[in-house]
Amino acid sequence: MREKILDIIEKNGKMSAKEIAMQLGVEEVKVAEEIMNLEKENIICGYLTLIDWEKTNIDKVSALIEVRVTPQKGQGFDRIAERIYNYGEVKSVYLISGGYDLLVTLEEKTLKEIATFVSDKLSTLDSVISTATHFILKRYKDHGIMLDKKVEDKREAISP
Amino acid sequence: MNYDLSKKIINIKPSGIRRFFDLVAEMDDVVSLGVGEPDFDTPYHIRDYGIYALEKGKTFYTSNSGLKELRQEISKYLNRKYNLDYDPLSEILVTVGGSEAIDIGLRAILNEGDEVIIPEPSYVSYKPCTILAGGVPVTIDLKNENNFRLTKKELEEKITSKTKVLILPFPNNPTGAIMEEEDLLEIAKVVKEKNIIVMTDEIYSELTYKNKHFSIAEIPGMKERVIYINGFSKAFAMTGWRLGYVCAPKPIIEQMTKIHQYAIMCAPTTSQYAAVEALRNGEEDVIKMRESYDRRRKFLLESFKEMDIDCFEPYGAFYVFPSIKKYGMSSDDFATTLLKEERLAVVPGTAFGDSGEGFIRISYAYSIENLKIAISRLKNFINKIKK
Repeated sequence: MREKILDIIEKNGKMSAKEIAMQLGVEEVKVAEEIMNLEKENIICGYLTLIDWEKTNIDKVSALIEVRVTPQKGQGFDRIAERIYNYGEVKSVYLISGGYDLLVTLEEKTLKEIATFVSDKLSTLDSVISTATHFILKRYKDHGIMLDKKVEDKREAISP
Repeated sequence: MNYDLSKKIINIKPSGIRRFFDLVAEMDDVVSLGVGEPDFDTPYHIRDYGIYALEKGKTFYTSNSGLKELRQEISKYLNRKYNLDYDPLSEILVTVGGSEAIDIGLRAILNEGDEVIIPEPSYVSYKPCTILAGGVPVTIDLKNENNFRLTKKELEEKITSKTKVLILPFPNNPTGAIMEEEDLLEIAKVVKEKNIIVMTDEIYSELTYKNKHFSIAEIPGMKERVIYINGFSKAFAMTGWRLGYVCAPKPIIEQMTKIHQYAIMCAPTTSQYAAVEALRNGEEDVIKMRESYDRRRKFLLESFKEMDIDCFEPYGAFYVFPSIKKYGMSSDDFATTLLKEERLAVVPGTAFGDSGEGFIRISYAYSIENLKIAISRLKNFINKIKK
């Protein structure tokens, strides 16, 4: 049941315990309890809304920053990752295999704010060797959802 | 001009769904649960394969029977899924949807006056195709108390010396009913004894929610008298590609191929290439879609329970077939008033045969979000008419 709940809720965080229960053919309280457990175990880490800010009047600039770092003895990359993710403006931090070590994403109001973060905060950290900043120009698809495509029923309304 | 047209055609009733379609077309803001096809787009890797075929210039006729590699894949698929054993070269014909297979199958076997037993409610084309082929449709009214399954007794009552074919439309559109192995064993006994050919339309075979689908063709000794119809529309969400297939003993396929050859030539080439990809790599998509349908099915049945709507539990296709008898309206009235007052479109059961009276067909080939809106409209309506 766990996997099924996660499968449903991952795609639609608004689905209520009752609605999930109806789809799985189980009791509502069972689903509610399981969701509580998943939250406690930090498997469900939060509930967010996917917004396409482009369509609003609010300015947002996003960047992906590749960071090369020197891992620290005994702590590997975790210590430096923590130093980076503690900054409130950082949206996500991933440890990456390949040509660089950490992928950091940022979201700010202006380009300048991002530039300032990189030059003042990120680059000056001791273990950071180098950074490469990529600005996102357009978001086509995010979290499996196509942002520019309207969901419409292309079928005839009635068919045998 | 005074057109002197075919009396046979003039006497065939237009599909009951058409009238309803026209009604809906005039209205705005309609939420429809009236669709008989999947809501999923064809999985992208299948579409991509079709595009690739076009890019490579595969734009010519295929052989009449269909691409050899497609027939081989169909043969393997049927073997893997249902233990069926059909020779790709002589026992499989690729058709323009399951619908063509129904038509040419009946035309290949019927002589004037031969009777075809058609359990109803069922898909709209069996009866007209029987008439067009010179046959006489004999309908069986399936019953709610049998969960709309066909029983041995119902079948036996309709068999005469002229009975030639039994059509077996399970998993069923519009009821969602299935036939399980033990039900089919009973039917198989009767048709063997009475020497009847079975045309089994298993277009919804991938969409069952109880046990794995069982085909009557799996029963020992049945293959020689079975015309097995399936296709890509429902399993792989490929309705617009118009692609189906039919498997039968060689002498039947030979006659069907002649009709197909003169009337159709061959099924669409792009679709055939895409279908090869569907059979080779589409299993996971099918599983995902099936799971999604099953959730919606449970969601609807549960909602009906809350609203106290009577409905047997259907285990197949993507339809539920609730009874509306207690509201004191005919199926047609119910569906028409529901459409006009709540802008919710469902199909009256009578569109699928007289025995559909007292029922409506609700499709769950819709997202849960969509179903939620539809359910709230249905709830409003029922509260109103209960008063």
